Parts: sequence; C-alpha cells; structure tokens
Amino acid sequence: MATIAPGATAGDVTEAPSAPGPGSVRRREILEWIGVHTLAVTALLFFVLPFVFVLLTSVMSDQQTLTTDLWPRTWEWHNFVDVWHTAGFATWWRNTIVYATAGTLLTLVSSIPVAYALAHFRFRGRNLAMMVVVATMMLPPQVVIVPMYLFWAKQLHLSGTLWPLIIPLAFGDAFSIFLLRQFLLTVPKEYVEAAKVDGCGDLRALIRVVLPMSRPAIAAVALFQFFYLWNDYFGPQIYTSENPAAWTLSYGLGSFKSAHHTDWNLTMAATLLVMAPVIVVFFLAQKAFIEGVTLTGVKG
Amino acid sequence: MTQAVTGTRGRSVQRPRTRAARRRRDRLRNLGFLSPWLAGTGLFFLYPLLATGYFSFTHYDGFTTPRWTGLRNWVFVTHDYPFFWPAMRNTLWLVLVVVTLRVVFGLAVAMLVLRLKRGGGLVRTLYYAPYLAPPVAATIAFVFLLNPGTGPVNVVLGHLGLPQPGWFNDPTWSKPSLTLLALWGVGDLMVIFMASLLNVPREQYEAASLDGAGALGRFRFVTVPHIRPILVFAAITGVIETMQYYTQPLIAGQVASGQIGGSGQQTEPGYPDGSTLTLPQLVYNLGFQRFDIGAACVIALVLFAFSMLFAAVLLRRGTGLLGED
Repeated sequence: MATIAPGATAGDVTEAPSAPGPGSVRRREILEWIGVHTLAVTALLFFVLPFVFVLLTSVMSDQQTLTTDLWPRTWEWHNFVDVWHTAGFATWWRNTIVYATAGTLLTLVSSIPVAYALAHFRFRGRNLAMMVVVATMMLPPQVVIVPMYLFWAKQLHLSGTLWPLIIPLAFGDAFSIFLLRQFLLTVPKEYVEAAKVDGCGDLRALIRVVLPMSRPAIAAVALFQFFYLWNDYFGPQIYTSENPAAWTLSYGLGSFKSAHHTDWNLTMAATLLVMAPVIVVFFLAQKAFIEGVTLTGVKG
Repeated sequence: MTQAVTGTRGRSVQRPRTRAARRRRDRLRNLGFLSPWLAGTGLFFLYPLLATGYFSFTHYDGFTTPRWTGLRNWVFVTHDYPFFWPAMRNTLWLVLVVVTLRVVFGLAVAMLVLRLKRGGGLVRTLYYAPYLAPPVAATIAFVFLLNPGTGPVNVVLGHLGLPQPGWFNDPTWSKPSLTLLALWGVGDLMVIFMASLLNVPREQYEAASLDGAGALGRFRFVTVPHIRPILVFAAITGVIETMQYYTQPLIAGQVASGQIGGSGQQTEPGYPDGSTLTLPQLVYNLGFQRFDIGAACVIALVLFAFSMLFAAVLLRRGTGLLGED
C-alpha cells in the first residue's frame, strides 16, 4: 500500500514534455501554477465555507438569524451553553458516548478472531464465509429491520433502550471483519509459525504476536466503527424513538430542528456540537484514519 | 519456552499424534474462532431474511398473527402504493448523477491535491474533513445554507444577480441539492484515488511524453488504465451506498418542510413532492408508520435483490475483494 505524501510526487508528471524554448517553458509553468492554485482555492472554499457559515450563524442573536445578514453583529457564544441546557442534549451526548464506545470495544473483541481465522486458517467453506461477510457488509440495514424490530421489541421487550443496537456487535461486524482480514492477510505466516514452535496456541499467537503487529489496522477499524456508531441515525430511530432518555445525538439533533424551527442559530450551534467531537478525533488520529480508508479500496 | 524449542517433551503432551486427531483439533479451533460470527449471521442475517421473505406474502400489522395473502402485497406495492415508483426513479437518478459526479469529482480533487507542491497535507485534511461530518448534522447544515429565505448561498447569489433556486424546497432542485451534499463529502474517494494515483509508474508518463502524448493523452492512456480497478470499485460501492441512501434525504425532507409548514409534525415522506423518496424510507414508512409489515417486507426484498446484485458484480469484477493469500 502506498503512503500518501502530497506534493512529493506526481506534481511534475505533466510538466513540459519537450522544451521548445526556455521562455515558453517558464511561461507555461507559471500559467499552470496559477491554474492549479486557483482550482485548489476554489475547492477549498467549497469544502470549508459551509463550516464557516454554520459557525457564523451559530453565534448570531435570535433577531439577526431571521435576517439575511452573513456576519454576526454580536457574538452570542452563550448559544452553545443554551443548546447544552436544552432538554436532553447532555443525555443524548452521554448515550452516544456509551453506544459508540461500548459498541466499538465489542466489535473489536468479536471481530478480530473471525478476521484472523478467515485470513490464516485453511478450511472448507472459507470462500463461502468471505462471500457472506461481503454480502452482509453490503446489506442495507432496512432489509432485515422488520423481523429484527419485532424480535427485540416483542420477544425481548428491549425497545426504548440501546441494547438492540449494542448486543449484535458482540457477534462480529461484517465491515470490521472484512477490513481486519484484508490487513491480516499481509502478516507473514512465519511469525505465527515461529510463535507456535515456541509453544503458543493459536489464540496466544494471535494475542501476543499478530495483534501487536496490527495496531494501525485495529486503530483504523476502531475509528471507523466509532464514527459509524456516533453518526448512526437509523438504528436509534427504530429502537429508541419512543424513549427520549435513550436518544443519541444524531437522532436527537434530527428532532431538534422540529422543536426550534425558526431558530437557525441554535440549530447550527447544536449541529456544531454534534460535529465537533468527530472532527477533533479525526485531527488527532488522522494518519490511522486515512490509512484505513485506503485499506478499504486499494488491493490489487 | 526454550524447552519447547529444543526438546519435544512439552509439545508431545499437547500436540495430537495422529493426522485425524490434528484435523479434529483444527476443526474445533476454527469453530471456536468463528462461532460468534456464525451465531450472529444466523440470528441477525439469515433468520430475519427468511422472516422478511415470509412476511412479504402475509397480511401482518405486528399485533395480530400474520395471515397468508399470497402476492397481494406485491401487487399493492407495484400498483397502488404511490411512493414506490417515485422512489425507484429517484434511486435511478441518484445512481446516474451522484455516483458519476462523485467519482469524477473525487478523481479531479485527488489529482489536484497531488499537484500541489506545498501545503498538500493540510489541503488534503481540509478537503477530507466534510466526509466525517455526521450525516444528520451535515444535512441540517446544508438545508440551512441553501434555505431560500435567509440561506447564505441564495444571499450571495442574489448579490451577484444570479437566479436563486428553491433548493431543498423545490422538487426539481431537491436532488441536485442532495448531490451537492454528497460531493461535499467526497473525501473518502479522494483518499482512495490519491493512493492509487501514486501507484502509477512514473516511467510510463515519461515514455508517453516522449511519444508525444499531451496532458490529456497521458491521462487517458496511462492514468485511467492503471486506476481502472479502483474507479470500478468506487462506482459499484457508490451504487450500493445509493441503495442504502436514507438519513440525508429523510432529514432534508423533514427539516426543509418544517421551514415552510412551520411545524415539525409528521409529514408525508419525500418532501418536496416525493422528490427525495428512496427505497429505505419506504420500509420505514410502511413498516413503522403504516404498520403494513407485509408491504414493508416487499420493499425490503427489492432492496435486498438490488444490493446483492451489485455486490455480486463487485465480487465478479475481482477488485481483490476476496484476494487469496
């Protein structure tokens, strides 16, 4: 897998193939530099301005938010505090952290052995098992939601809680299994063999030898899963909508706008409060994350 | 440990002697490693899938016992349920427009970042960040940015003397608005494309240049052939993601309609005018709002068929997804 070092390569790929004269080469380079940087800045505006406008609106006063002003006349930072004290926001926050953290840990514990078995053991039906993993990975959650809801709500009476969302993660998550297996394929078998010669069982070899080597992949999978659970809307909507005490941030935010339909400033403050942790975690763990994204697509 | 390496004493105790015994032990070990997943697949995939298939042929409201009605739900969904065909048409639109534009834009942005000699790392981070914005938050933000009354986009367009579309409140503009939102979060494709662009051998560009190929020729005859598997991968996973497209159109419809109607009550799905309906929303509408579980399961099976079809295409194209060791 290639590491990404923007600017280091590919920049000079298309530069002046045959040099007609030193002056025109120089001119072409300058024109190209201007072109590339104009496009880069335009794209930057497209990606960054939405955040900027959301932030500017989130600190406007209630009156100003009804106007077409783009710049806040007064900076009402207390909007964030107000949102925080809005009914439920702190609860949603806590629920989301519990859901995302517990869910991520369960996913790792349950998925790593499966991924390891699919990568390193030879057995009949292994290809079939991989196909089932890929199929479940591609499956829209809505396909099985009706029987699953009936199961959790009518058989186990767990609707209105986060349990129907957390418990299944103890049984392996297809996407995590898939990503981990892709990585574990690259761990040389010799290391495992050596550990076995030293008297390790398969499980010990996995924990002592393979896992320490797989830290980047595990970090990436953990981040993916954490973000996925943090952002999840459909699951909480199905299982927790009846009980606001069990709502998560994504679901609560969806209902927030309905309750404050003209207050764009408060809605934008709430939106930022939901976005912030994800963006902060990303900046802290950027490298692991981008390696993980690459892992999903680049193979062969 | 040293003992185990040098002598056979420690090993002979735990290692099975015969081949059959070892095979049995291996089988037990495989089962042990796979058992959580096997149980999960049965309980959370196979069982509900079969139940969905069964319910699709019954009349069932979730309370009384299901009653077999044959193909009646299928006829209802395809003939009398007003949201089915709009949702199918929207899905086709989104597949053709959003998937294509995301691949093209993702590739363009990736090439652009790689051309930057300085600041590429920071630029990549900033381009990538929107991809991480939680879908609910990003959608609400876009409904605000594009709202026809006070939205910054229309304010700016007005200052420039350009037309101000109704965006999420106008049936002809709602899908293009969702497209903008999807392009804003193109970071995942950008990163994948960047990695594969860097894998293209440099010599081939030089060779092509010597053969007189211009920038466009090099792109067509060197870049594209090399990254084709990744383009195919991106396109097919894009289609599969479109099948699952749920949160963004739902939230966009809800928030934008509240803007006009003034209250956040349960509105018809797909505001405005069914233009943001997608198949997953129909499962919710039928199963959890109308309590017509049989019809909801019909939609679920349609979704299942499409998703598996494209998953099969993906595996067939062999983008290394099942790559052997």
